[in-house]
Amino acid sequence: MADERFYVGTRKGLFRYDRTARSWEVGAEAFLGTGVPMLLPDPRDGTLYAAVEHGHFGIKLHRSRDGGGTWDELDPPSFPAKPDGVPDTMCPIRGIPVPWSLEKIWSLETGGADRPGVLWCGTIPGGLFRSGDGGETWELNRPLWDREERGKWAGGGYDYPGIHSISVHPEDPDHLLVAVSCGGVWRTRDGGGSWEQCAHGMYYDFVPEDQGGADPDGQDPHRMVRCPSAPDRLWVQHHCGIFRSADDGASWQEVKDVRPSGFGFAAAVHPTDPDTAWFVPAKKDESRYPVGGEFVVNRTRDGGETFETCTAGLPAAPAYDLVYRHALEVDRTGERLVMGSTTGSLWAGEEQGDRWRQLSAHLPPVYCVRFAG
Amino acid sequence: MVTVSFTPNLHRHLDSELTSHQVAAASVGGALDQVFDKHPRLRSYVLDDQGGVRKHVAVFLDGKSVSDRQTLSDPVAGGAEIYVMQALSGG
Repeated sequence: MADERFYVGTRKGLFRYDRTARSWEVGAEAFLGTGVPMLLPDPRDGTLYAAVEHGHFGIKLHRSRDGGGTWDELDPPSFPAKPDGVPDTMCPIRGIPVPWSLEKIWSLETGGADRPGVLWCGTIPGGLFRSGDGGETWELNRPLWDREERGKWAGGGYDYPGIHSISVHPEDPDHLLVAVSCGGVWRTRDGGGSWEQCAHGMYYDFVPEDQGGADPDGQDPHRMVRCPSAPDRLWVQHHCGIFRSADDGASWQEVKDVRPSGFGFAAAVHPTDPDTAWFVPAKKDESRYPVGGEFVVNRTRDGGETFETCTAGLPAAPAYDLVYRHALEVDRTGERLVMGSTTGSLWAGEEQGDRWRQLSAHLPPVYCVRFAG
Repeated sequence: MVTVSFTPNLHRHLDSELTSHQVAAASVGGALDQVFDKHPRLRSYVLDDQGGVRKHVAVFLDGKSVSDRQTLSDPVAGGAEIYVMQALSGG
């Protein structure tokens, strides 16, 4: 059965949408006036987690047991005191120290179906945190944070690098892939004890190879998604195009000649068909608006050999909506999608995106959308 | 005694009303610590992971911004007033 509830995190609060007989309606609102950059509805116990971002007072984490009606605040992940004698890791672009301080919660994922209470959290400035107790306490993953290569990570759209995609292998919760803007893709097979770079094959088309254009440690995967039923199959919407992997990230191949553009932020993959994936194209790469003002969703059903342009129910040109990396998601059936834009539009898609329905054109800028069963 | 007050904008984010507090302390950090002991959640709203003042929070001592935002070592005298408020730079 298709998911009948989803949550929307925006620049000015959180909104819950519930399916009704004829459409969708807002069932709950929370944190109005405050940013909600990330959400996690935990399918294991129904808990909802929300990262809350205050302009002045820092990054917070809240938890709801009743679908967003009432909340309690948890201690957010926090960086330990920087030990004496540990040298600063410098931003390779600006030459300033990357702080040991939480700037943004950029990803939240559950840690495996058979490990209730285990959560992973990716942050700016590039720290990965693990909780074993449903978010009550968090610990920085030092093996990744201490990697020498972190000195090659740069900010992508923010001042410091960040972990925006965490993919726990559906058959082995000790096996994770995380994607970093801009630091490539990192894999652990031992629950975070050790890590290896897995962005080989990605490259920047505007940086010569002898200037580091294909250095995996500097790559900017905007979003990485894994097919749950074919976990070796992954898709990345990269800063310079769409890449796919059929070997759990060991190698990546570019999908060439994507029209109207291979640039974008969001990506979604069908839960049981790894050849079916969705992207929202935009004019590369400094421009970041729909090519020609024509807002469309790109869908492939043959592993990237060809793309279909989905437009039914989406606005006619001129439409300058941009979809951030966490603002497109497909439900557990692979038939229903939800998508929100920086201009506050929200759509539900049916039949794998053949039909879209606008649910609002007046929300705050949308940061993330997540289905919740 | 030192008076420590907080912007009303903090009230809506915390469970308890933050009235002014009278504490005995020798430094700004010492005064704030005493309030944080009573309201543990408040600490992370004012200070960052490393214990410094959040970049978009302002701490005033007798009308002037404190000089040490990292360790809050500015000394305080009896009758001093500390005020914690949001900085306009944060939005």
